Amino acid sequence: MTDDEFAAYQSLAEDVEDHRWAFGTGFTDPLEGVDASVPDGVDAAALATYCLMLGDDALIYSHRLQQWMTRLPELEEETAVANIALDLLGQARMLLARAGLAEGAGRQEDRLAFFREENEFRNVRLVEALDADFAELTGRLLVFSAWRLALFARLATSRDPVLAAIAAKGVNELSYHRDYAAQWVIRLGDGTRLSHDKMQAALGAIWPLVDELFRADDVVAALPGVAADPRDLRAEVAGVLDTVLAAATLDRPQAAPMAQVAGKSGRDGVHTEAFGYILAELQSLARAHPDATW
Amino acid sequence: MVTAAVQTARQVAAAVPDPELPMVTLADLGILRAVAAEGERIVVTITPTYSGCPALREIAHDLRHRLTQAGFTDVIVRTELAPAWSSDWITAEGRGKLRAAGIAPPGPARRQPSGPVPLTLTATRREPVPCPRCGSADTTQTAAFSATACKALFRCEACREPFEYVKDI
Repeated sequence: MTDDEFAAYQSLAEDVEDHRWAFGTGFTDPLEGVDASVPDGVDAAALATYCLMLGDDALIYSHRLQQWMTRLPELEEETAVANIALDLLGQARMLLARAGLAEGAGRQEDRLAFFREENEFRNVRLVEALDADFAELTGRLLVFSAWRLALFARLATSRDPVLAAIAAKGVNELSYHRDYAAQWVIRLGDGTRLSHDKMQAALGAIWPLVDELFRADDVVAALPGVAADPRDLRAEVAGVLDTVLAAATLDRPQAAPMAQVAGKSGRDGVHTEAFGYILAELQSLARAHPDATW
Repeated sequence: MVTAAVQTARQVAAAVPDPELPMVTLADLGILRAVAAEGERIVVTITPTYSGCPALREIAHDLRHRLTQAGFTDVIVRTELAPAWSSDWITAEGRGKLRAAGIAPPGPARRQPSGPVPLTLTATRREPVPCPRCGSADTTQTAAFSATACKALFRCEACREPFEYVKDI
C-alpha cells in the first residue's frame, strides 16, 4: 500500500480519540448529525414503536442470517448472505436509533438491542425460526425481502423525513436481496426432483407465518402518512411471489396461518419458542457486562 | 478568509482515500456531500454507500485526523441519508481509477421513479459489463455479492480472469 492508503488504517491505530469496535465501546450513533425532530402532527410515541417494529424485523433476521456463516454450500453464498445480513443490520441500527430519538427517553440503539425483554421486541414471527436447510433460507429470504421491499418503497415518501431516507436507501439494498433469493428459489424449485421437493417442503414450513405480515395494526393506524398499511401490500407481494413460484414450478402452499396467542403475535411482543434462544445469544455479552466500556 | 479556509478544507477532505477502495477518494466516490464553515468550525457531510457500510466510521475518523493535521482544530463530520447514494455519483475520474485497478466501474443505476420495483428472475444483465483488463464484453456474473457490500463478482470469458464490479444502485 502507498503511504496515503495506509493512513486510512494508521489513524485508527493511534490513541487520539475513542475508536472502538464492539458493544460498550462507544459506537458512533448511525444518525449522528441527522435532524431527528418529529414532524408536526406526528404521534412521536407511535413513530418510536413503528421504527422498533421495522428495526426489530431487520435486527433479528440479520442475526439469523449471520448464524449461517461458515455453513453455506459455497464461498459465493457466504459473501452474499453476509452482505445481506450486513445491509439489514445497518437498517436495524438506523431504525433503532430513530426509535430512541423519537421516544426521547435517551435510549440509544445498543440499549434497545441488548436490554429489552422478549415481550418488548416487535418483530414479525417470520424472522425467528432457525432455517432447517438452504431451501428454507432462500424461501424465507424471498418472502421477507419481497414484503420489506414493497413496504419500504411506500415508506420512501413517508411524512417522517428520517424514516423516508432510511427506506429509500433500503429499497436499493432489498432489490438485490429479493433478486438473489428469487434466483435460488427458481434454481432449486426447477432443479432436480430432490431440490424441488426440498424447496416445496421449505415453503410449507414458512407459509403459516406469511399472513401475519399483512395484518392491520393499531400503531400503523395512528400514523397516517407516516406508516404504510400492511394490508395494502398483500396483493403486490402475492403477485411477486406467484411469479417466482410459477417460474420455479412450485405450488403456493395452502397453509393455515400460525395461531395467535389471545389475539396477539410478533408485533405485540408475543413470539415463538425460537425467540428466547436468539436473545440469549444476541444479548449475553452485553448483559454479562452491563455498561462496560473497554 | 473563511472561503479560503473552506476551500483548503474541501481539498483535504476530497483527497481522503476510501478505506475499502483506496485507489479512489471520497470525492471520486461521491460520498463527500459538503464541506462548510460554521463560524470557526469545519463541518464535513458524508453519506453511506450502503446502510451497513462499516467503513463509514473509519472515513469519519480519517477525515477528522487529516483535517486536524491540516491545521483545522474544530472539525465535525455529519452523516446525511437523503438522497440515497447512487453509484451514478462516482466521477469519471473515479471510474478510470477503478478500471485501472482491475475493478469494473458501475453501469447506469436502475432508476425506479415510483411504484413496485420490477423483479429480476435471471442473472442476465440488461447490458454487458466490459472486462476491466482486456475490454471484452463477453463476461459472466459469478456472484451477485462480493467482499464488500458495494461489489459483485464477474468472470471474463475472453481472458478468463475473475474481476469485481461495483454494483449499480
